[in-house]
Amino acid sequence: MTGNGRVLRQEAESQLSDREMAQEAPCRLEPSPFEWKDQTGLVVKTAIPGAIPTVAIDVASVTKSYGDKPVINGLSFTVAAGECFGLLGPNGAGKSTITRMILGMTTPGTGEITVLGVPVPSRARLARMRIGVVPQFDNLDLEFTVRENLLVFGRYFRMSTREIEAVIPSLLEFARLENKADARVSDLSGGMKRRLTLARALINDPQVLILDEPTTGLDPHARHLIWERLRSLLARGKTILLTTHIMEEAERLCDRVCVLEAGRKIAEGRPHMLIDEKIGCQVIEIYGGDPDELSALVSPHARHIEVSGETVFCYAFDPEQVRVQLDGRAGVRFLQRPPNLEDVFLRLTGRELKD
Amino acid sequence: MWKLYVAALPANGWNWIAVWRRNYCAWKKVALASILGNLADPLIYLFGLGAGLGMMVGRVDGVSYIAFLSAGMVATSAMTASTFETIYATFARMRAQRTWEAILHTQVTIGDIVLGELAWAATKASLAGTGIGIVAATLGYTEWVSLLYALPVIALTGLAFASLAMIVTALAPSYEYFIFYQTLVITPMLFLSGAVFPVNQLPGAFQHFTRILPLAHSIDVIRPIMLGSPLVNVGLHIGALCCYAVVPFFLSTALLRRRLMP
Repeated sequence: MTGNGRVLRQEAESQLSDREMAQEAPCRLEPSPFEWKDQTGLVVKTAIPGAIPTVAIDVASVTKSYGDKPVINGLSFTVAAGECFGLLGPNGAGKSTITRMILGMTTPGTGEITVLGVPVPSRARLARMRIGVVPQFDNLDLEFTVRENLLVFGRYFRMSTREIEAVIPSLLEFARLENKADARVSDLSGGMKRRLTLARALINDPQVLILDEPTTGLDPHARHLIWERLRSLLARGKTILLTTHIMEEAERLCDRVCVLEAGRKIAEGRPHMLIDEKIGCQVIEIYGGDPDELSALVSPHARHIEVSGETVFCYAFDPEQVRVQLDGRAGVRFLQRPPNLEDVFLRLTGRELKD
Repeated sequence: MWKLYVAALPANGWNWIAVWRRNYCAWKKVALASILGNLADPLIYLFGLGAGLGMMVGRVDGVSYIAFLSAGMVATSAMTASTFETIYATFARMRAQRTWEAILHTQVTIGDIVLGELAWAATKASLAGTGIGIVAATLGYTEWVSLLYALPVIALTGLAFASLAMIVTALAPSYEYFIFYQTLVITPMLFLSGAVFPVNQLPGAFQHFTRILPLAHSIDVIRPIMLGSPLVNVGLHIGALCCYAVVPFFLSTALLRRRLMP
């Protein structure tokens, strides 16, 4: 188990460094849709014949209101081909709404969206031919077997039974469900269902994958397996748009993230650059005492202090001094750790990212 | 804005088949229970009313009451089978099971889904109607060959009622609302369309209204076919059933687009 984990991590690290190099020159980054040779061999057409789009998803000045309640407010971002782009934000920030818009399921009030050079929603059907979707909530056919789910779904892409049968083995292998082909979906674990949903999203050999909170509600082991599978897809040149409120997921997978709050972009960039830029120092979490008293105590040694609930987040330029101040105080516990995206969000909004 | 409604229409003439096949695949697993469920209700009507009332009524329009009733029950079973499939099972696929959500993430449009669902409901209606017909033919109330002629009309009846029910499905906020459609539309239709007694038993002014009901049009074709009596105004009846199938199809597709793609 541990040995396997180490191998995966090494693999992941080597992939990450490859992709980070590629990231320096996004224009040279070419998606390679034919890498997965045992797939359907669907010929990928681009809007301009012969051109390979370097921009997979372009969202420009998009606004959307339901009644007089704005849910998306002047949002713009671009996802380069082959990159993993994360949309972060608490529930209700507009993450799901923007993914629905990219799929053409919701019409923007104003603004333009193109996916692989195809305008959405006006030609969303064409765009969806080359998109794979993992929705927030499983929508597999529970009464069907694993194989039947893939078979039925492939037909929605106008694949013949023979074509689908030809790709099923590689999809099952990808999802690590080789032994479950004839199991009913209702008998699968949560992690297996998610992996099947991911495999199903690949049936049309899409260039772009849209994943709406792909690991929410999964246990850590199942979550790590999904992450490893997603990295292997990135290594194959797929573009991934991911929404999440799990910061570890964003830090591990995403080349770039966009932080949303109330339908607006409040930060965008590479996870580590955002962390360095917005925080750039060690964090000490302090709890188990009066938050106001504790913040007063450590403030001389802190660059910045946030209080969230009963926890004081001390962004310390001199963590040693903070620890000295806290040592020996009855009932007070603290934890020193490197900064993460959670801190970025807290810094930007004064709130925790989770719900 | 109208362009988006056009985009919701069926993308082509064959996408709906994938939706139909999905439902067929699911139905196959519970086929026996489903067929029995669809046949039980009309058979109870047929034998309950036919045997009980038949003794008192004697002959109706020159045939035994149970033969008269069996033609009405064939049309009625098609109506109820496709209505229930569309309001309950289709609504479940749209909401609780999220089946439509998965389909809409592919290149299939809302119109394709609606068409596939209607075709599927019509298929189930044909099975139910034919089932009653087989019972009637076995008991000698109709000729076997007449049943064959009635089959396309049974299917069209199923399509028309599925299409009408799809409007209800498109508008209903939850399952509770279907009971209104059932008690205020479907059940009265059974008694007003000549299924259990001839329409001419109704007050004169009322008859003009009841003759435009879809079930009345269906029975006016199915009953003469099954009883071997002359067909009158067959073009009008078939044309009316086609209107009941086509117009609500476009309306429900537009309503569902508005509902599912706000």
